[in-house]
Amino acid sequence: MSVYLNQPWEVFGIGALWLVLMAFFVALPCSQLGSFLMLRRMSLTGDAISHSVFPGVVLAFLLTGDLASPWLIIGAGLAGLLATVLIELVHKWTRVKQDAATGISFTALFALGVVMMETMLGQHVDLDLDCVLHGRLGLLLEEDTVTCFGLAWPGLVVVMAAVAVAAQLLMAFFFRVLLLSSFDAGLAASLGYRPALVHYGLMLTTSMVVVAAFQSVGAILVIALLVLPGATAYLCTHRIRIMMVLAAIHALLSAIGGLYLHVWLNTNMSASVVVSGGILLVLAWLLGPVDGVIWKWMAEEPDQSEQGLDQATNSQPRD
Amino acid sequence: MSLILEILESLIPASSVGKAWMAAVLLGVGCGLLGCFVVLRREALMGDAISHAVLPGVVAGLVYSPDRNLALILACAVMAGLCGVGVVRVLERTTRLKPDACLACVLALFFALGLVWQSKFQSETVGVMHFLFGNIGSIDGNDLKMMLVSVVLISVMVVTMRRPLLVMSFDPGFGRALGFPTWCLEFLFYTLLTFAVVVSLQAVGVVLVSAMLITPAASAYLLTDRFDRMLLLSMLLGILSGVIGAWMSTSMSRMPTGPVMTLAASGVFVLVYLCAPRHGVLAKSLRLARRRRLIRRENTLKTIYHILEEEGFSHRDVSVMMIASKRKEAEDHVHLTCEGLQRQSLILFSEDKRSLSLTDSGWRRAMELVRNHRLWELYLTREANYADDHVHEDAEKIEHLLGPSMIRQLEKDLDFPKLDPHGRPIPRVDAGYPTGSLPL
Repeated sequence: MSVYLNQPWEVFGIGALWLVLMAFFVALPCSQLGSFLMLRRMSLTGDAISHSVFPGVVLAFLLTGDLASPWLIIGAGLAGLLATVLIELVHKWTRVKQDAATGISFTALFALGVVMMETMLGQHVDLDLDCVLHGRLGLLLEEDTVTCFGLAWPGLVVVMAAVAVAAQLLMAFFFRVLLLSSFDAGLAASLGYRPALVHYGLMLTTSMVVVAAFQSVGAILVIALLVLPGATAYLCTHRIRIMMVLAAIHALLSAIGGLYLHVWLNTNMSASVVVSGGILLVLAWLLGPVDGVIWKWMAEEPDQSEQGLDQATNSQPRD
Repeated sequence: MSLILEILESLIPASSVGKAWMAAVLLGVGCGLLGCFVVLRREALMGDAISHAVLPGVVAGLVYSPDRNLALILACAVMAGLCGVGVVRVLERTTRLKPDACLACVLALFFALGLVWQSKFQSETVGVMHFLFGNIGSIDGNDLKMMLVSVVLISVMVVTMRRPLLVMSFDPGFGRALGFPTWCLEFLFYTLLTFAVVVSLQAVGVVLVSAMLITPAASAYLLTDRFDRMLLLSMLLGILSGVIGAWMSTSMSRMPTGPVMTLAASGVFVLVYLCAPRHGVLAKSLRLARRRRLIRRENTLKTIYHILEEEGFSHRDVSVMMIASKRKEAEDHVHLTCEGLQRQSLILFSEDKRSLSLTDSGWRRAMELVRNHRLWELYLTREANYADDHVHEDAEKIEHLLGPSMIRQLEKDLDFPKLDPHGRPIPRVDAGYPTGSLPL
């Protein structure tokens, strides 16, 4: 058993720690933002955003010519905002519903990004399909390192940690406003907050985090990191604060689980992180303290329902 | 059987350009037809979820069929897609998760499973990304035959079953009450949808399948209110965007077909969004502007009536300045509105344009409006138990909309009243201009 547990250490050495930390720093801000997206019934907007940031990234790359430039993240944020605005424009002004509006906007932006990339950049660029799909979490250990606290940290880990901390601070600072406007936008507006501003702010932050995560896990798996922790935590509790903490724990556990899957099965690391997060979701679905299917089945035994029927007939007024 | 194969064979064009065009047309038909249902069901992103969820199936097909039997791969993909739909439904039924979260979970999870599996068998599954990010130029005769068969199947199914499918899209409970086999219909629909997604994948790729499903159907939805026409239009728009995409990418270099098709479809949508005759944004804002103008004019007429009433109908002239001060508007603004009223010959300006008087038709309209307003106020206080200081706002809106038959009904119900709740007289229908004395 301990052979299996120690396997990552034997394969990667200290690198195992970096891989887990990197996956965690990617998953953590996604989990917190994704929880709010889910509460606002906008999980698929996360999907839409992760695709519509593409033209922003391409444009920023065209202007700067540098894949590591922070302008890429800003361009992505703006493209994400543009997607949000387009969605609103379509579904506020016509009878096309929000889901269709989302589909139209993100596919159009994504297609625009691809066409821009093909016509203006040509084939020689690093924004290749493989990276978009798989991410390059596994290549992390080959990157440059930064020395900090006496350890040689991989550069990407430091950058992602900064993004995670920044997003976390932002969320903590705006927590009450976010919460209020997510559950009752009308009340938030009447108290003098600006729900529309919160909406756009959330979208902007999400697009930036998505792009920061993009390079390590790829566009499609970012959606998983956005939705899985929130959904799992939602099945386990009725309280929002506990839910946020559980989502963060889910992020950590899926990072660790992902590393083990990666080593045991010799598979792609980013997808393994998602799969281990998915296993946690299935566990919460079956055994979750609030919404576990198994508890519901056990509570629904036939003799109990008959008892309920008896009680109902007994409780009728007797004269 | 061999006859059918021969017919199929003869339908497939020989040149690669011809093949791309045919694929584009087939894609437009299949996705356009099913897209209508998807958009009406408010499940537009189900197509997105399915197109990602088929990945494990594609990988399975590639791993277990070394000779790359296309039919087998497609069958595996369809099974995986249907599994995805099933898991979405089960999650929706058994948990508190909202439908969008269920869709996103399944989409991401199935895709990740597929990627994990694919990274395990990398050598066997080289073509998987090609399959998912399709290229219309690489479609060969076999693919086209598959597409042709499935599109014909989809069209026949949709045309024959459109009534029950439509009922199921709008109101499943009603469908059940009518005795439809709901479960079978749902299964049929999602099977067709998965089929359409899977055969389109090779041409446009995983992301842009959703575009071909949603965008033409949404455009058609804005163009018509009849379902049969929507099906037809959506199909035509789908074909149009497909053909534009195929044409641009074959005639220009470095133009990827799928994205160009999507952009063409989005362009069509933008055009429809702006210019659709009834549901377009331009038509809507025009309608809104017209209604605003009408209401402004009618309110000005009413103000003229009020001023005349306050002065006991002792004279017919009202100065523009007075209207402006009463309506709290700039004088120029009132002047503009009044010029509109004069064009409708409801009022007549005096020589110096500083005062005006109502014409006969203007007087009748003003009286009608005031009567509508006051009758409604009375109706609300008497029959709907409103407090009499709460009724003005409501009456202010409805006065422009009440028609003659409604007014007759109101008068009858209120027993031909003479005064409104605030004690002001309700003008009678056929009253001419009161000369000198206050009409009671």
